[in-house]
Amino acid sequence: MGMTISEKILAAHAGKKYVEPGELINAKLDIVLGNDITAPVAIKEFENLGLNKVFDPDKVVLVPDHFTPNKDIKSAEQAKVLREFAYKYNLTNYFEVGRMGIEHCLLPEQGLVLPGDLIIGADSHTCTYGALGAFATGVGSTDMAAGMATGESWFRVPETIKFVFYNKLKPYVGGKDLILYVIGLIGVDGARYMAMEFTGETIKELSMDSRFTMANMAVEAGAKNGIFEQDEKTLAYIEKRAKRPYTLYQSDANANYDRIIEIDVSKIEPQVAFPHLPENTRPISRVGKVEIDQVVIGSCTNGRIEDLRIAAKLLKDKVVHPRVRLIVLPGTQEIYLQAVREGIAETVVQAGGVFSTPTCGPCLGGHMGILAKGERAVSTTNRNFVGRMGHPQSEVYLSSPAIAAASAVLGRIADPKEVDEDAV
Amino acid sequence: MLFKGRAFKFGNDIDTDAIIPARYMNTSDSMELAKHCMEDADPEFVNKITPGDIIVAGKNFGCGSSREHAPIAIKYAGISGVVAKSFARIFFRNAINIGLPIFESPEAAEAVNEGDQIEIEAETGVITNLTRGETYQAKPFPGFMQELISSGGLMAYVREKGVKNG
Ligand code: SF4
Repeated sequence: MGMTISEKILAAHAGKKYVEPGELINAKLDIVLGNDITAPVAIKEFENLGLNKVFDPDKVVLVPDHFTPNKDIKSAEQAKVLREFAYKYNLTNYFEVGRMGIEHCLLPEQGLVLPGDLIIGADSHTCTYGALGAFATGVGSTDMAAGMATGESWFRVPETIKFVFYNKLKPYVGGKDLILYVIGLIGVDGARYMAMEFTGETIKELSMDSRFTMANMAVEAGAKNGIFEQDEKTLAYIEKRAKRPYTLYQSDANANYDRIIEIDVSKIEPQVAFPHLPENTRPISRVGKVEIDQVVIGSCTNGRIEDLRIAAKLLKDKVVHPRVRLIVLPGTQEIYLQAVREGIAETVVQAGGVFSTPTCGPCLGGHMGILAKGERAVSTTNRNFVGRMGHPQSEVYLSSPAIAAASAVLGRIADPKEVDEDAV
Repeated sequence: MLFKGRAFKFGNDIDTDAIIPARYMNTSDSMELAKHCMEDADPEFVNKITPGDIIVAGKNFGCGSSREHAPIAIKYAGISGVVAKSFARIFFRNAINIGLPIFESPEAAEAVNEGDQIEIEAETGVITNLTRGETYQAKPFPGFMQELISSGGLMAYVREKGVKNG
């Protein structure tokens, strides 16, 4: 019996020739990641072990991105715990404010995560790196602490669901719409404990930024990881970034899948997930009139340059609706600078929007755009749970950057075609 | 080990933002987190419970964030264990790692009513509903996880095995 790409990566890191779903293995890690929320808990646990070093100072990555630049005294104290730990243990990859970004935009950009890697991160969206053909999964702080100490972690080898996307995408349909559609199809626990493997002719055409968006939201279907096989696009992306060797894996033709789901993308419209679960998806034509107070464009899901370009294209020479606050948060400093160079920042500001420094900010209701009671936001983030962006009685509608930008202009959830003069 | 307490019922897909909202994530103090346990699902929850009580929920309990603050908030609020139809993956891992007893039993999740007196025997996974005179069986953990649990969580297990990082 052949193996899937996920099984091959796990087997290689466990020093085995073959693994199968359900098997419990102990495996070596290439990267252990933490942020300003999860790492302080892990650091406390790690210090209790009384070791004088982490397993490898090049492989432990700390990114203070959630409540930074520090939003209050408590979060300043948490960020300080990371900083002091990073200096004490000589970590190569600690990213200070002004040089950092949202972790899942930053690590791929910096070439820290590569094809064939096995990665754990104390953040549920660690699965983002599956876009590069890595096996990456979110864990908790205690797993992170043990990982920092031993360079290993235990895994249950997941079953894999294979998604085969075919046909051509409609205008303004991208990675975000595909993944929202999939979550709507299988539900928020549809892939619980499993691997989601994204394949097919449509995927070959899809940009890396769109692939990151899709892998990012695998956890929103309950999955352990989302993964893509590498192709020319992956290699073009990592070529200039990789600072160490990497290994390419492909699924065998006779690999074993729990299910294979085929999706004709030519039938998929831009998608919106209604409150309060990412599975409450509707095609844009069935959204109806939903007036909004705020639009957020950013996050580890859609804070990359392609996302900002699409938004800027729709905002160009327009103004944000008088009742709406538009907040744009680029994913990293590099993306920020690129957006400034391309005139994206100017377009946003001229339209009457906020162009912020990189931070998770409002995505998790941290700062930089919290919702009051009864307010509604369209957001390119990944979760619309009760209270996620602020008051427990506020609402979040998840969408692509295109829908978000169009909605900012019209003051209600809108089809990008409504503001795109070139569209017929 | 035997747990005994009143059941507090919750629905499907209770996410980590409902268990402990992110607005309280600027601290990792366990007792501080406990004060806001389940706040966005039931603002009165922490005032209603007494130590030892048990959460009984539907499918996919703990979905969403990887924050370990979620099982920590539950544990330090005084909840002795969580019974659910199923658990989200990272929550499941975190609960085992920090020593919050969890039990997967679709049967119990269906049959138990709010306020029922529940008794759980951790080793066997037998859940007894003292109010209704019924018993249900939770899925047993695989051997490796039992080892983790009996060591007292992952860090204790790592310590037991000895860390070989130099
Ligand atoms: S942007 Fe949102 S989902 Fe992504 S890491 Fe930050 S808080 Fe989490």
